[in-house]
Amino acid sequence: MNSVIKGAGYVLVHAPDMVLHAGTTQTTEKIVNPDSEYLKELPNHIRSYEDVVAYMPNQTYIGNMTPEELAEHEQPWVGKNMENAQRYGKFGEIMPQDEFLVLMQVCDVFELVYLDKEFVSATKDKLAADPVIGEDIMAKVAEGIDGAEIKRLVDEEHAEPLYHMGNLVGCVKRAHDVDVNLSAHVMFENIACKASSVLALLHAVKAAGIDKADVEYVIDCAEEACGDMNQRGGGNFAKAAAEVAGLVNASGSDLRGFCAAPAHAMIEAASLVKAGSYKTVIVTAGGCTAKLGMNGKDHVKKGLPAIEDVLGGFAVVISANDGVNPEINLDMLGRHCVGTGSAPQNVIGSLVAAPLAKGGLKITDVDKYSPEMQNPDITKPAGAGDVPLANYKMIGALAVKNGELDKKELASFPAKHGLVGWAPTQGHIPSGAPYIGFAREDILAGKINRAMIIGKGSLFLGRMTNLFDGVSFTIQPNSGAQAEEGVSEEKVKGLIAKAMKEFAETLMADADAE
Amino acid sequence: MDLENQKRVKEFAEQYGPENIVVLLGAAEGEASGLAAETVTAGDPTFAGPLTGVSLGLTVYHICEPEIKAEVDEQVYEDQISMMEMVLDVDDIVNEMSSIREQYCKYL
Amino acid sequence: MSILSGKKVIIIGDRDGIPGPAIEECAKTAGAEVVFSSTECFV
Repeated sequence: MNSVIKGAGYVLVHAPDMVLHAGTTQTTEKIVNPDSEYLKELPNHIRSYEDVVAYMPNQTYIGNMTPEELAEHEQPWVGKNMENAQRYGKFGEIMPQDEFLVLMQVCDVFELVYLDKEFVSATKDKLAADPVIGEDIMAKVAEGIDGAEIKRLVDEEHAEPLYHMGNLVGCVKRAHDVDVNLSAHVMFENIACKASSVLALLHAVKAAGIDKADVEYVIDCAEEACGDMNQRGGGNFAKAAAEVAGLVNASGSDLRGFCAAPAHAMIEAASLVKAGSYKTVIVTAGGCTAKLGMNGKDHVKKGLPAIEDVLGGFAVVISANDGVNPEINLDMLGRHCVGTGSAPQNVIGSLVAAPLAKGGLKITDVDKYSPEMQNPDITKPAGAGDVPLANYKMIGALAVKNGELDKKELASFPAKHGLVGWAPTQGHIPSGAPYIGFAREDILAGKINRAMIIGKGSLFLGRMTNLFDGVSFTIQPNSGAQAEEGVSEEKVKGLIAKAMKEFAETLMADADAE
Repeated sequence: MDLENQKRVKEFAEQYGPENIVVLLGAAEGEASGLAAETVTAGDPTFAGPLTGVSLGLTVYHICEPEIKAEVDEQVYEDQISMMEMVLDVDDIVNEMSSIREQYCKYL
Repeated sequence: MSILSGKKVIIIGDRDGIPGPAIEECAKTAGAEVVFSSTECFV
């Protein structure tokens, strides 16, 4: 019996000071070209929290706007703020930087993160007001230390400074005097990744309506590595985040595969559940501070804001078949193999056409494809084009080559079977995953019948292989089959009622929007 | 262009002589192709990498340009590139590349 | 006159355009010697 997608959480963290101080484009520039015009100009291109919340792709990410609604607005979307934009959405939230710094401190269990006590007292209550932040988390907020001591730790003890609105408000100490894997900078990156994963986990649990104690396993598919000099990527982000999120019955592990990792992790989770190993598994990923402002030079040069100013996180709850929620079909998995080659047509063939052929389906039988959903506002000015659109053109072109689509229909293929991109360039975050929450809803509502999630990864960046990578899977309506135990008729009725209610709310929201 | 790649381009130009080298690009659109081409001819326009202020003037083409396509085995081109040829704006790429070559290539 | 034949070729592919190894396959058939092949990633 196939596993089902019970719900998903999507979070963004506004990180303006981290763009300036932690993004590798900026840190590299400070080394090779410290007096550059770019570094002088960049601070004038940082967006306010309000602008980040009102930015339509961000509102789409947290579920306050559908991809279809976003597509109705002409690109670029930057500068066209949404009215009445909200911090919270049905999938998650856009957390401001100050609250996130406190959450980072909560996520540090080795006394490495220190915050200014005045900053903590000014911020604490704001974080406590977040509906997913419980008393268990607030109990871990430390009082903070004197600003002068923070400055000393930064100046004399190699601590990584933490800024908010240009002010030094805290630091991350190094966890070892010699080991570069535990340096202050690495600890900062890892704790930021962990904290955004925790936030995503909390929202996913809420969205799926499950009990925290139900979660038996967590798979982290981010792109950071934690470990020490004897085991550089030892792990385990998954269990570390599950601990803070209060998933007391969960174990977990990390899965890595660059941007393809979320799709790999979803398949692994669905398989573990289908096999009966675990009943409920969450796939989670936090964000990547290094990628903040990655294409900032191009954005600044073109007079745009530095749009890569948010950390992304997501978490998807996969559980045993409840007879209601959409299923992950494991009989039609796409796989880029060692022998597939790197020609784009081979890549798309192995990820799209080959798995569909296994199920006797054509490319046009999939209603919506979700490959890499990078926001074109970010990638187009940087010379990478519109990544989702390029993927749809490739899929359409393959359908033409295979005789499944008339060449005349190629032009309309992307709009019909595709989506516009709304995800920040946080590596693994845009890769297929952003659509899972919407796909679940659209299938429950009967709007679509089949969605394909495609993850692709640039393995060559790790200099271990020149190979490309990717996997794909399809999501389909529930076949009505139920797990043998644990799901009563009453529960099913409850789930149906919940789904109907959600659908009704969507309709009402649509009506309101009109 | 990636800083490490700039370093390698510079080293190869020194090792083999710039007149013996051809750079082939696979960029996704015209502007990015032009910037990469400018980097290996006039120098890094972003002033970030080892090719800043270094005008190698190398011969540079995009793999989708007709001159290159004509020299590649037809079947191999079909297998490796043809689908992307349908996807990319080849005219835009050709325009950008030609403009950079006319201005900065020293060995045409 | 041939552009590629007998030349040392440096390949800078793009993950979202044409990746390095695909260009490499092509260049080899034109009589070029590929001395370096890399793929860039902007996302």
